[in-house]
Amino acid sequence: MSPAGQALPVARLDKVPLALIPVVALAALPLIPSLPTWITLTAAGLAMGMMIFIMASGLTLVFGLMDVMNFAHGAFITIGAYVATSVLLALASPVQADSLWLNLAAIAPAILAAMAVAGALGLAFERVIVRPVYGQHLKQILITMGGLIVAEQLILVIWGPDIIALPKPAALRGSFVLGDIAVEKYRVLAVFVGLAVFAAMFLVLSRTRVGLLIRAGVEDSEMVESLGYRIRRVFVGVFAAGSALAGLGGVMWALYQETVNSAMGMQVMILIFIVIIIGGLGSVGGCFIGALLVGLVANYVGFLAPKIALGSNILLMVLVLLWRPQGLYPVAKR
Amino acid sequence: MSSLLALAGVNTHIGHYHILQGVDFAVPQGGLTMLLGRNGAGKTTCLRTIMGLWKASAGRIDFDGADISGRPTPAVAQLGIGYVPESMGIFAGLTVRENLALAARSGPIDARRLDWLFGLFPALKKFWQLPAGHLSGGQKQMLAIARAMIEPRKLLLVDEPTKGLAPAIIAHMVEAFRELKRSDTTILLVEQNFNFARALGDTVAVMDSGRIVHSGSMAELAGDEALQHKLLGLSLDAHQ
Repeated sequence: MSPAGQALPVARLDKVPLALIPVVALAALPLIPSLPTWITLTAAGLAMGMMIFIMASGLTLVFGLMDVMNFAHGAFITIGAYVATSVLLALASPVQADSLWLNLAAIAPAILAAMAVAGALGLAFERVIVRPVYGQHLKQILITMGGLIVAEQLILVIWGPDIIALPKPAALRGSFVLGDIAVEKYRVLAVFVGLAVFAAMFLVLSRTRVGLLIRAGVEDSEMVESLGYRIRRVFVGVFAAGSALAGLGGVMWALYQETVNSAMGMQVMILIFIVIIIGGLGSVGGCFIGALLVGLVANYVGFLAPKIALGSNILLMVLVLLWRPQGLYPVAKR
Repeated sequence: MSSLLALAGVNTHIGHYHILQGVDFAVPQGGLTMLLGRNGAGKTTCLRTIMGLWKASAGRIDFDGADISGRPTPAVAQLGIGYVPESMGIFAGLTVRENLALAARSGPIDARRLDWLFGLFPALKKFWQLPAGHLSGGQKQMLAIARAMIEPRKLLLVDEPTKGLAPAIIAHMVEAFRELKRSDTTILLVEQNFNFARALGDTVAVMDSGRIVHSGSMAELAGDEALQHKLLGLSLDAHQ
């Protein structure tokens, strides 16, 4: 529905943060010895960024909507990875078959199981751990860190202390080769999955009533309640969905690294925090751009000067915050 | 005239502070009641307590024959109470259309009601697809009121709608509230601008230090300058 009228003012997308991705990529081009290497690194950076986005998107929404900085988010990543590993190891035959469809048929239940378990644990975590400390930031940090440590220890009890090898499915090993350019097949899949998650989140947030409620709740949850909506129910749904996405990210990350260990979620949380701060806390679009920037910078710097790879992302965060102190796409909060 | 809303002995504590200290007043059905008072008198706390945003520590709030004290905010709103906070509470990142669509709880926005609101606030039609954060202060206030009225409400609570607005916009607001009154909506309006209050109010309640210190007809207060000065003091002088 729209009222009659011509030439109405409309919202314009801020394209400057979007332009950062090609700017960073092109800035790296003269520093990389060859074009094929640059293309390979760029593809690797985008794939890594997509996987970080999948893991980070739930956390940024949880923070924006509920004002909860959940340090235990990494636990859902790890649990998702372990659950998927159990499923994939049980389905060894289709995973090792030289057929893409059989491989995908094995990965699909692994992903679904990982998301279901991570989502259900997120639901329980919100109810038991987070709900008593809403609005108490110091307690949130302490109790969610505690939750992360407990979850890691439970994983050690259930799956043991050894690192578990998780070979990629047969059809996803190797690379697409074009001349001197080689792009790993799995990275192409990661890019498609990341784009699909982003598109789904964008559609839900921009085209549905639930999305409208989430966006409004991120800005001013009290006003949403004053309009007659029980925002707590939306909180719980977003927490569970964010945890499920962390589980999906954990599966993708584990297959990318081809191993799982109990500290993997904790290790990737540093990058996730950098991404959601760069993007603007609570902004899914900002999280997407921030993740791609972090992925690209990590790969370029990892190639050029491996010793300063992590430091380069912290430097990137500092530069972005000097330019835009609220992040690339700040969320208007009451 | 029967009361749509009645507060009896309402107390509200915020942390260690005892803000409302036994508030008693009634809002007659179909009229516009002004809640006046100096800064810090407890007017905003009163509205927030009615909405359930702060819990009353004692007392009773009756709305449409039912005790609503202690009910959660969404349940209070669902009874048919629209609320426009002092901050206006618009969602800056949502468009004008989305702000209104969100407030239409029962489904799509009713086209006739929307036309009626566009008649009251034409700027909303012009900026329909613009994020609300881009609107001017007066336009944001119009959006906040339109949002509260996008569906028929039994009671509209409005907190200082003229705050920070230019005189021309305030004159427009007076006309808009007169039209809202004609639509049979009961209104409780917190205000510090006595001229605005005098132009609109049917009844008035004056607060001081967390209590109602005067209630009656607006015409009576408007005609008694000594009483105005006694009750409102400096806040009245500022708007003369």
